[in-house]
Amino acid sequence: MSIATLTREVFHIQDLNLWYGEHHALKNINFPINKKEVTAIIGPSGCGKSTFIKTLNLMINMVPNVKMTGEINFNGQNVLNEKIDLVDLRKHVGMVFQKGNPFPQSIYDNIAYGPRIHGIKRKKDLDEIVTKSLMDVALWDEVKDRLHAPALGLSGGQQQRLCIARALATKPDVLLMDEPTSALDPISTLKIEELILELKEKYTIVIVTHNMQQASRVSDKTAFFLMGELIELDSTSTIFSNPKDSRTEGYITGRFG
Amino acid sequence: MSTRANFDQNLKELKAMLLKMASKSEYAIKEAMISLINQDIEKAKLVIKRDSEINELEHEINDKALLLIARESPVASDLRKINVALKVSSEVERMADMAVNIAKSAVHIGEEKHIKELVDIPNMMERALDMVAESITAYYSEDITIAKKCAEKDDEVDKMFGRLIQELLGYIPQNPNSTNQIIQLAFVCRFLERIADHSTNIAENVIYLVTGQRIDLNA
Repeated sequence: MSIATLTREVFHIQDLNLWYGEHHALKNINFPINKKEVTAIIGPSGCGKSTFIKTLNLMINMVPNVKMTGEINFNGQNVLNEKIDLVDLRKHVGMVFQKGNPFPQSIYDNIAYGPRIHGIKRKKDLDEIVTKSLMDVALWDEVKDRLHAPALGLSGGQQQRLCIARALATKPDVLLMDEPTSALDPISTLKIEELILELKEKYTIVIVTHNMQQASRVSDKTAFFLMGELIELDSTSTIFSNPKDSRTEGYITGRFG
Repeated sequence: MSTRANFDQNLKELKAMLLKMASKSEYAIKEAMISLINQDIEKAKLVIKRDSEINELEHEINDKALLLIARESPVASDLRKINVALKVSSEVERMADMAVNIAKSAVHIGEEKHIKELVDIPNMMERALDMVAESITAYYSEDITIAKKCAEKDDEVDKMFGRLIQELLGYIPQNPNSTNQIIQLAFVCRFLERIADHSTNIAENVIYLVTGQRIDLNA
């Protein structure tokens, strides 16, 4: 029995190393991620935080010349060693990107896309999933009268919430968010942050953010990456009040990076 | 180039304002004591009057600290610096209030001849003022060793206070007509003891500032 099944951990990353060709981009990362917690990943550009988050659902495999060693245990299964059904992995580990990227389809079809791939065909079932997913992201009231209108007609903030709803439609365990609000205005940003706090009741969330206040507002744990290394991982309150490593202190107080 | 030169400059200014406030409070305590010893009512009244300058400085420090929080979103040691500046300013303001209280006691006693020459009370004041100076130095230089040294002296001041109160109360039966004066002098001892406590609180804040740990030096 692996460690993950005995603990609250949904992910257990052990001695993870990653190379882009010759470039050693992640160095000996050891990182537990707990269920139903929000983990924020911070660090300067090029520190490896986006690379790291993309390893969790193996989106990183789409980058040519990537080599990895170590273990990424997801629910007790090492996704690096064992034969993994990528479609199934990504059903459990959903992802949202920097900018809302709806498919050029209707709002309804965007949400129904994932469930359809996973074999759900009945209209009644799909209607239910679409409604629930849109309610979960507090978008239902805004779009319920135009579900068949093009998703690209929504505002930036609405598009991003739609993409979160699309990720939720396959009932994932984990939601990865790579700078989900960096292209949004302050009010849309706060709406997404409120949403993150609501979603953590049901989901495990890992968020990469350049916005330090965002990390301190929404996350339970914060990890600081620097030049491919995980420098410090601790409760968010500790990281932002009394970090142990002077490099973390330097970064969060804006003295370098 | 420092990425937060302007913020660092503002933090320095905040500290400088506190230092100014602390030196005014220290001066007020000394002047209050001199007015008591020399029975100089005019000087005592001046101490009382000038307390508003210290209160004004405290408000300025508060305003600047809040503005820095609003503008700079400080975290970690930056946030502790501002938090501690707010706390230390309030301790210093309380010290200045004690100076006012001592001056008021001087006014109450007025020109009534002292029951005996004041020796121990000025000694106690010296100890308390040492602690004030040390706590402020510890704050200014963010030095834990000085902070601890300051706090160690608090026990001594507490003991002096206990002894002096006993002694003063002992004078009442022989000097029933001087009861008011004796009570005022006992109050002065209490005010000096409080000044030492405020210094200890500043020392605790210095330790928190530097280490992030809260400890009770009064325990």
